[in-house]
Amino acid sequence: MHPVAERIQQVFPAGFQRAVEWRGDLAVQVSREHIHEICRYLHDNPDMDYDYIVHVSSVDWPDEAERFEVVYEVYSIRRRARIRVKTRVPEDDCIVDSMTNIWKGADFMEREVFDMMGIRFRNHPNLIRILMPDDYPEGYPLRKDFPLRGKGWRDTFSFIGEKN
Amino acid sequence: MTADEKNSPGLIQVGHGHQKDGGTGIHLMTLEKAVNWARKGSLWPMTFGLACCAIEMIAAVSARYDIDRYGAGVFRASPRQSDLMIVAGTVCVRMAPVIRKIYDQMPEPRYVIAMGSCATSGNIYDSYSVVQGVDRFVPVDMYVPGCPPTPEALFDGILKLQDRIMQRSVFYKKPPEVMKT
Repeated sequence: MHPVAERIQQVFPAGFQRAVEWRGDLAVQVSREHIHEICRYLHDNPDMDYDYIVHVSSVDWPDEAERFEVVYEVYSIRRRARIRVKTRVPEDDCIVDSMTNIWKGADFMEREVFDMMGIRFRNHPNLIRILMPDDYPEGYPLRKDFPLRGKGWRDTFSFIGEKN
Repeated sequence: MTADEKNSPGLIQVGHGHQKDGGTGIHLMTLEKAVNWARKGSLWPMTFGLACCAIEMIAAVSARYDIDRYGAGVFRASPRQSDLMIVAGTVCVRMAPVIRKIYDQMPEPRYVIAMGSCATSGNIYDSYSVVQGVDRFVPVDMYVPGCPPTPEALFDGILKLQDRIMQRSVFYKKPPEVMKT
């Protein structure tokens, strides 16, 4: 196993679930309860020193019990090393701790995940939609059960007929 | 009607100064035609690029293609000073009220060119967020096909729009615009 994954398993035996290394990219799956302290460790520990957040994304696995997956991809500029931290959340309670107090750059990316997939982030300073309008009524468009053409929102324009 | 005008319908020549023979000449025409001629020769467009079609529009404005030859080169940053809105690119639903507001701010007579497949019909983006054609909320005078259209295609649209402007009646009150959603 990758030394960083071994270290995470050593320090957080309860939170670590599994590690996959594929073509030099390390991905670590952790439990939702521990992802914040693991990320805090990855950021603060001088041996880890992951100081740059590359991307926050989410995956929808509609057939699995824990349906949604939140993926944090972080990078250490000094060590030139990458790690991908994943966690799973179920549909009826899709809430994850926000990483904005560790990496400030997570702010907009977590908002995008919330906007597109409907996963909420605890302690996020400004969790509102970022791409869709604030009052968008149809739900979360990137979920697998969302119809590709929407639910009729794009065909009605409220501003037509205002003046006449 | 001069021989030149017979050969190229829609083009009106005022005087013979253009022919470099030194003469001024006098033409008789209706006032309506003169107004239309003035309108078609000074189509000031709005800068309204939304996506990749805007790049072709920029190329059409630049020196090699030079949209100014048709009098449509004075791109205005304000809708209040422009006559023509070239909607160049994919229109998202969130952008639609902005386009409609800009259109409402333009003084009449105003014209709209839907440039490219996206502004015409949504193109391949049959998605929850993309408007399936800008004609769903503003009246469009000319559709320019292409993905993106070349500057020549845009010029063709502008020339055809100029032909249509020449055919319009000027001195009557326009009925209120009817739009259905």
